[in-house]
Amino acid sequence: MSLFDHSIKELEEKLHNKEITVQDLVEESYKRIKEVDGEVHAFLTLDEENARRQAKELDESSDASASLFGMPQGIKDNIVTKGLRTTCASQHLDNFNDPLYDATVIQKLAEQKSITIGKLNMDEFAMGSSNENSSYTPTRNPWNTNHVPGGSSGGSAAAVAAGEVLYALGSDTGGSIRQPAAYCGVVGMKPTYGRVSRFGLVAFASSLDQIGPITRSVEDNARVMEVIAGHDKLDATSANLDVPKYTEALTGDVQGLKIAVPKEYLAEGVNPEVKEAVMNALKVYESLGATWEEVSLPHSKYALASYYIISSSEASANLARFDGVRYGVRTENADNMIDMFKKSRSEGFGQEVKRRIMLGTFALSSGYYDAYYKKAQKVRTLIKNDFDKIFEEYDVVIGPTTPNPAFKVGENIDDPLTMYANDILTIPVNLAGVPGISIPCGFSNEGLPIGLQIIGKHFDESTVYRTAHAFEQATDYHTKRPQLGGSN
Amino acid sequence: MADISKEQVKHVAHLARLAVTEEEVEQLTKDLGAIIEYAEQLNELDTENVEPTTHVLEMKNVMRKDEARQWITQEDALKNAPDKKDGQFRVPSILAE
Repeated sequence: MSLFDHSIKELEEKLHNKEITVQDLVEESYKRIKEVDGEVHAFLTLDEENARRQAKELDESSDASASLFGMPQGIKDNIVTKGLRTTCASQHLDNFNDPLYDATVIQKLAEQKSITIGKLNMDEFAMGSSNENSSYTPTRNPWNTNHVPGGSSGGSAAAVAAGEVLYALGSDTGGSIRQPAAYCGVVGMKPTYGRVSRFGLVAFASSLDQIGPITRSVEDNARVMEVIAGHDKLDATSANLDVPKYTEALTGDVQGLKIAVPKEYLAEGVNPEVKEAVMNALKVYESLGATWEEVSLPHSKYALASYYIISSSEASANLARFDGVRYGVRTENADNMIDMFKKSRSEGFGQEVKRRIMLGTFALSSGYYDAYYKKAQKVRTLIKNDFDKIFEEYDVVIGPTTPNPAFKVGENIDDPLTMYANDILTIPVNLAGVPGISIPCGFSNEGLPIGLQIIGKHFDESTVYRTAHAFEQATDYHTKRPQLGGSN
Repeated sequence: MADISKEQVKHVAHLARLAVTEEEVEQLTKDLGAIIEYAEQLNELDTENVEPTTHVLEMKNVMRKDEARQWITQEDALKNAPDKKDGQFRVPSILAE
């Protein structure tokens, strides 16, 4: 049994009763990392000295009232951490050892006395669904290391699943929190667009990106969300709304809850095992007094195309900042400044990042803007309208997080369109800007986790958490642990 | 319209400030062609009277006072730079020789 099999609340009690120390929690993390990270490859950078010093300080402190006091967490490597190497898993930022400030979410975690264990692996610049686009060693799925952990927050999900940290932060542009959470059998929340400040998140697609927590339980997830959510004047897109106490929404009561199940989310192409797990979950909800009906989100099939045009266009603009002037790795053989830009970027970026910058630049270029970018934005409106209409009548939308369980390493790497199809059920949520969570709802015959996706109305994370928590209380999927080396 | 030529790919690479080898041009021509062809399915939808969504929330321009405050020092700003001189970022010659 690992200390991380306990909830934040239980660990808080253990600390309070002096059964354990914060130093025990931090040592649990590093011990486990040493045991299993050689197989899992979830971490890119460790912050051992700082973490140990902070743990000691907290153990000596008389005030343990902070809501994440002494909890060890990992951070996706596209979230900027002051003085701690931040690479976005890109060779271009391999030497970015000394970032100048903390992202707002990092400041908030620090205020609540959470401890950063290290920085987590990902697909380069968050572009990918398998972690195979990490320019370092790709992360592997703790449930079966021949399989991918999903992406782009694959390191975050794998680290939590493997018991290397208690929780992690990820970012989600088209499914990058929910899809790896599903593949690794953990809980991953993509909050409403605007709910969590992105100040200090290295931007991929600014109209889609959100930061969110990855945890082992819904309760812990709600607890971390309470800390990181809220308005930030340093992020002009963050919403100036009060943040509810999400943990208070976890009543276990879903009596009368109206669930919509889009037929497009259980259509052909969705693995029968996944479909069965979702249907079983719906039976659980029925037994708890909720009702569900089949509905249609008719524009779902256009989401993938719309997403790739919009996200790549925004990425091509956002990634223009990586020019080898102010930070990053500069080419050693440039004739002039333009040549330096081109060579630094080409030497530093991986294949997928270049492909998306190219696609985005093309879609925004003169003569193609209306045909591709503007068209994709109009289709985005139709997709958003689909959700708006459903949410007039229903409280939540439920379906699978992904069409299949985690695929094998190397299986999809050669065909970008097949790879992109992994995100077909998560992408519409980002386009509509609504919140969505993935929770464990079963296992395939091969023993790989299956994720249930629960989608809510704009800024109604409370109902999403309540719905997710009720299922978790009624089932035990979230208590299952992968069999890795060591003592987990 | 889905056909993308190698010349277009080279032009887009220049706009994107990417140096590409002939081999990469070949591969990107193929990949972009396939993705763009896939995106053509959006044309099945009549969007004549649909407003584009650039931002999902009903948010207008967010204004704030333009107030100077201490953020980072010049020294800080330069510390991750690949090349610097006299307190400034240094780059190769802008004009080709």
